[in-house]
Amino acid sequence: MHIYADNAATTKMSSTSINAMLPYLDNIYGNPSSLHSAGQKANEALCAARSKIAEIINCSPNEIIFTSGGSEADNQAIISAAKLGAAKGKKHIISTAFEHHAVLHTLKKLESEGYEITLLDVHENGLITPNQVNDAIREDTCLVTVMYANNEIGTIQPIAEIGEICRQKGVLFHTDAVQAAGHLPIDVKNQNIDMLSLSAHKFNGPKGVGLLYAKRGIRISNLIEGGAQERGKRGGTENIPAIMGMAAALEESCTHMEETSAYLTKLRDKLILGLSKIPHSVLNGDKNSRLPNNVNFCFEGIEGESLLLLLDDKGIYASSGSACTSGSLDPSHVLLSIGRPHEIAHGSLRLSLSKENTEEEVDYIIESVSEVVSYLRSISPVWRNLTEGKQKFIIK
Amino acid sequence: MALYSEKVMDHFRNPRNIGVIENADGIGEVGNAKCGDIMKIYLKIDNNIITDVKFETFGCGSAIASSSMATEMIKGKSIDDALTLTNKAVAEALDGLPAHKMHCSVLAEEAIKLALKDYYEKNGISYDHSKFPECSCCEH
Repeated sequence: MHIYADNAATTKMSSTSINAMLPYLDNIYGNPSSLHSAGQKANEALCAARSKIAEIINCSPNEIIFTSGGSEADNQAIISAAKLGAAKGKKHIISTAFEHHAVLHTLKKLESEGYEITLLDVHENGLITPNQVNDAIREDTCLVTVMYANNEIGTIQPIAEIGEICRQKGVLFHTDAVQAAGHLPIDVKNQNIDMLSLSAHKFNGPKGVGLLYAKRGIRISNLIEGGAQERGKRGGTENIPAIMGMAAALEESCTHMEETSAYLTKLRDKLILGLSKIPHSVLNGDKNSRLPNNVNFCFEGIEGESLLLLLDDKGIYASSGSACTSGSLDPSHVLLSIGRPHEIAHGSLRLSLSKENTEEEVDYIIESVSEVVSYLRSISPVWRNLTEGKQKFIIK
Repeated sequence: MALYSEKVMDHFRNPRNIGVIENADGIGEVGNAKCGDIMKIYLKIDNNIITDVKFETFGCGSAIASSSMATEMIKGKSIDDALTLTNKAVAEALDGLPAHKMHCSVLAEEAIKLALKDYYEKNGISYDHSKFPECSCCEH
């Protein structure tokens, strides 16, 4: 049995998306910048994909810049806003402590170049409030960047309200919507979004393609110099097959969003209920304001990597925020940001579902996780100390 | 998963000598939960021979495999032989560990040394302090 429950890492491509790509890997191979018919055929497809996506997120086609993915879009949005701010003497940026590293590392770099960065504290439920943003905005703030939904714990931020505050105060607002796209509605106008990043492989599209939406009038800086592609804002021949796949995947997931969300929410809540029966476990992130497919737990007394390896043996593919799986000394910055101590954060498990998962699979996951957690606790000196009362439980 | 060798996965999936020895002659515990690794080794020593050894580990796959392999390598050996066990030997016996996991084999070596030190101290046996680690700490 193979149960893929790591859809926050990446998703399986849908057949709709694959089929949308195929002609552009085969017969329609022209360069959209070429004048001849073969090129123009590709260009027509590019325009159609851009229009389709623009319609879905409620913007103009020329407000979309295709990129290599979410990370590039995040980098470009933040660096552009920082440059615009610097030109006006505004070098203060507001973000949150639990952003994706594509945002945090870009901000770190800007900090070393003399920008001042405020990272808002995240509440234990994995949410920040519009008021926090309001209070943090200063005269010299040039950008607020807050993710739409968190990639590890799935919590959904009040971006429309944050966007409204930013608009009132004349500060640019960017949101990393990489995890949200395909699961939550995006309407850049109604949600007061100035810039937004997307990545196709999170919503059953291909890897290596994403986009940056930037509201008309915002001067975007290039990360890649080159030709006139993407209105001169992103050099390099467009990845037409991938862009076609992305447009098809976004359209498909948004068309079926309501029913998929209802189905996933049911599975998610069943999984949460089942896993919370494991003693000394805790759900990370708000139970309600979270992505319909995200489940994230900490189990006291065990370490995440060994949990993942044993689940892998049972055919379950998941992820963890332990240090061992992150390749660094520290566990997930997201779990630390919501106040989980190191020793608890090491014992985390993220299960992110897709519509291909079934109720039976969820039952099997609950049974397997319970089994593996009990086994790992039985060989853990930490668990022994906890149960013998030599050490106090952190998770009740 | 290709992260680990077959040997590592075998010792991780089927750890040898797992458990506790009641009234152990020596106990060594290293690491800390903050870093995500704790190893505890229990020794039964008779006539300078390690007659039994058990371990408990909180940690990643390579931490569990390293403890398992290290206990196998000292079981039935003399104290002097056990003291010569290096982390490198543990890692080699496991057909190698990824570079960022080498510290797991270090923990295994240190846990054994601390357990032997504990044995010496409990029995008032004098020993060469320089042969034993003070403590095993990560950066936390």
